[in-house]
Amino acid sequence: MFGFLLRRVLSTIPVMAIVALFVFSLLYIAPGDPAAVIAGDQASPADVERIRESLGLDRPFVVRFGEWGWQLLHGNLGTSMFTGLPVVELIRQRLEPTLSLMAVTLVFAIVAAVPMGVLAAWKVGSWLDRLLMAFCVFGFSIPVFVVGYLLAYVFALELDWLPVQGYTPIAKGLWPWLENLILPAIALGFVYIALIARITRATMLEVLSQDYVRTARAKGLGESTILFLHALKNAAVPIVTVIGIGVALLIGGAVVTESVFAIPGLGRLTIDAIVRRDYPLIQGIVLMFSFVYVLVNLVIDLSYMALDPRIRY
Amino acid sequence: MALLEVENLQTHFRTPSGINRAVDGVSFSVNAGETLAIVGESGCGKSVTAMSILRLIPEPPGKIAGSIRLNGRDLLNASAREMRAIRGNDISMIFQEPMTSLNPVLTIGRQLTETIRQHARLGAKAATDRAMEMLQLVGIPEPGRRLAEYRHQLSGGMRQRIMIAIALACDPKVLIADEPTTALDVTIQAQILDLMRDLKARTGAAVVLITHDLGVVAEVAERVMVMYAGRKVEEAGVGDLFRSARHPYTKGLLGAVPKLGASLAGADTRLVEIPGLVPSLKNRIAGCVFADRCASVTNVCRSVAPALELKAAGHLVACHHARREVAAA
Ligand SMILES: Nc1ncnc2c1ncn2[C@@H]1O[C@H](COP(=O)(O)OP(=O)(O)O)[C@@H](O)[C@H]1O
Ligand SMILES: [Mg+2]
Repeated sequence: MFGFLLRRVLSTIPVMAIVALFVFSLLYIAPGDPAAVIAGDQASPADVERIRESLGLDRPFVVRFGEWGWQLLHGNLGTSMFTGLPVVELIRQRLEPTLSLMAVTLVFAIVAAVPMGVLAAWKVGSWLDRLLMAFCVFGFSIPVFVVGYLLAYVFALELDWLPVQGYTPIAKGLWPWLENLILPAIALGFVYIALIARITRATMLEVLSQDYVRTARAKGLGESTILFLHALKNAAVPIVTVIGIGVALLIGGAVVTESVFAIPGLGRLTIDAIVRRDYPLIQGIVLMFSFVYVLVNLVIDLSYMALDPRIRY
Repeated sequence: MALLEVENLQTHFRTPSGINRAVDGVSFSVNAGETLAIVGESGCGKSVTAMSILRLIPEPPGKIAGSIRLNGRDLLNASAREMRAIRGNDISMIFQEPMTSLNPVLTIGRQLTETIRQHARLGAKAATDRAMEMLQLVGIPEPGRRLAEYRHQLSGGMRQRIMIAIALACDPKVLIADEPTTALDVTIQAQILDLMRDLKARTGAAVVLITHDLGVVAEVAERVMVMYAGRKVEEAGVGDLFRSARHPYTKGLLGAVPKLGASLAGADTRLVEIPGLVPSLKNRIAGCVFADRCASVTNVCRSVAPALELKAAGHLVACHHARREVAAA
């Protein structure tokens, strides 16, 4: 088992290397002269020349990638072209709000979606099932920003229960931190809840028809033990897999949610970087998000072993 | 009063193509210390009968009607909570599918102790001791090690023993065993049957044994009920049934009907193939359910359903021609 653990952890290295290569190539995939692309429409030929030099475009691609990768391994993501600050520093400053938003959304979505899916499967065909599944369709089809503005309008502006926007660092206390994240997390969680609830329902439906569930009933166990232990544990692997895949939704949604709720996180930084064609910064952010995604899915893969005793690699 | 009394049990399933009358008016009873065998071809409603007793039929699409009484108490009117207290405690069940009846992601120990703790209110330690004792009782070596194992680490025979251990852990008054050995190989079958016999002798439980195998019936049952297409067609003491089966279907099963080309001597203990198919349970049949496959069918069989009648002491038969055939034999 330790061997598997080690192999699985090491397997993330080539994955990250390929991601890095892709991220580095981003600039060169775009048609035309990269320096001109970065410089934009209003740049003078002198500006373009300066950028060309800073990119080292006169040297071969492989050499440039090697140098960039070597710096990367030392935690150096280069310097932002717009602000002149180190990319690592810029990301570090904006990391907490974004990771907070994603973590709160993740927990909230799982806590809401899994019981929803379990209930829907348990009462399959009932009005409750139909209501929950209608909610899921709704969740899939309404854009994050619509939900976001609606929530902000009702709960912040009209009812004045929660702050309209902004972010408070966790260092200033748990509640002030959480208070600011509740509405954004609900808005961002909508699609995610719909996704998890649907897979939970489908998997539970399949599991509930299995012989061992009948055995559990025949033993006189209570319905909640049957549903949430005997059945849900068997349904866990597909559910957890979708939770991991869905993190990609969160990353994309976070960018939009942050601008709706004026959260000073990576989302805003990303938009700014794209608008300003700040390539080193874009590369840094994409790398960072990819790393989070790979890490989440590594944890998920490892959790399979705890969830299903038959899985031994 | 018998320990378990089932009266006019009707379990119907609503399906897209009509109502499936899987069990249609079956009555029987079992006394403490007695073994009743239920035999019949596949699909005749044996499992549905068994699962109806514990109300394990999914409702909907199923619907159970009639009355099922344990010590005079009607189970069909019991609350969900009362049923939970009965399941696995007063009435236990062993299923036809030993390979898949255990939960694959929970340890054997957990699956055994949770039943014990559910009904006996024992602490964790006492429940584990009881679980070890049960595993020993059903002949599982190294019970301590097995408790920590999972379903996929055990053979089919081993799994069925564990199911038996779970079923017997709370000393049930009634044990329902639905083809407990069908999925297992012959040597294991004999061991499992021995085990069930020992346990019955020890605890005096009533046993309802569903089986395909007439050899098993002869060996362990006192009384036999023969089912066909959701109905009971014959019931008799085991000796009586083997000596003088009166329903053409039972005779067919025993391979004793000369017209069907089988001979009395050298009859296999397994059920014999009877030509034809079990009728669809979705259309109400006006006459006898067996009419289409019966060699001695007459007009009355197709128009009037034969009632169950006492043809000899303790011998019930539902056939218009039962008396006549006996006379002719
Ligand atoms: N959940 C269900 N839904 C619909 N029909 C069912 C269901 N369970 C059993 N049946 C039907 O009940 C009939 C009797 O089945 P069963 O009792 O399993 O037969 P057996 O005598 O082989 O044990 C079959 O026709 C089967 O299709
Ligand atoms: Mg069956």
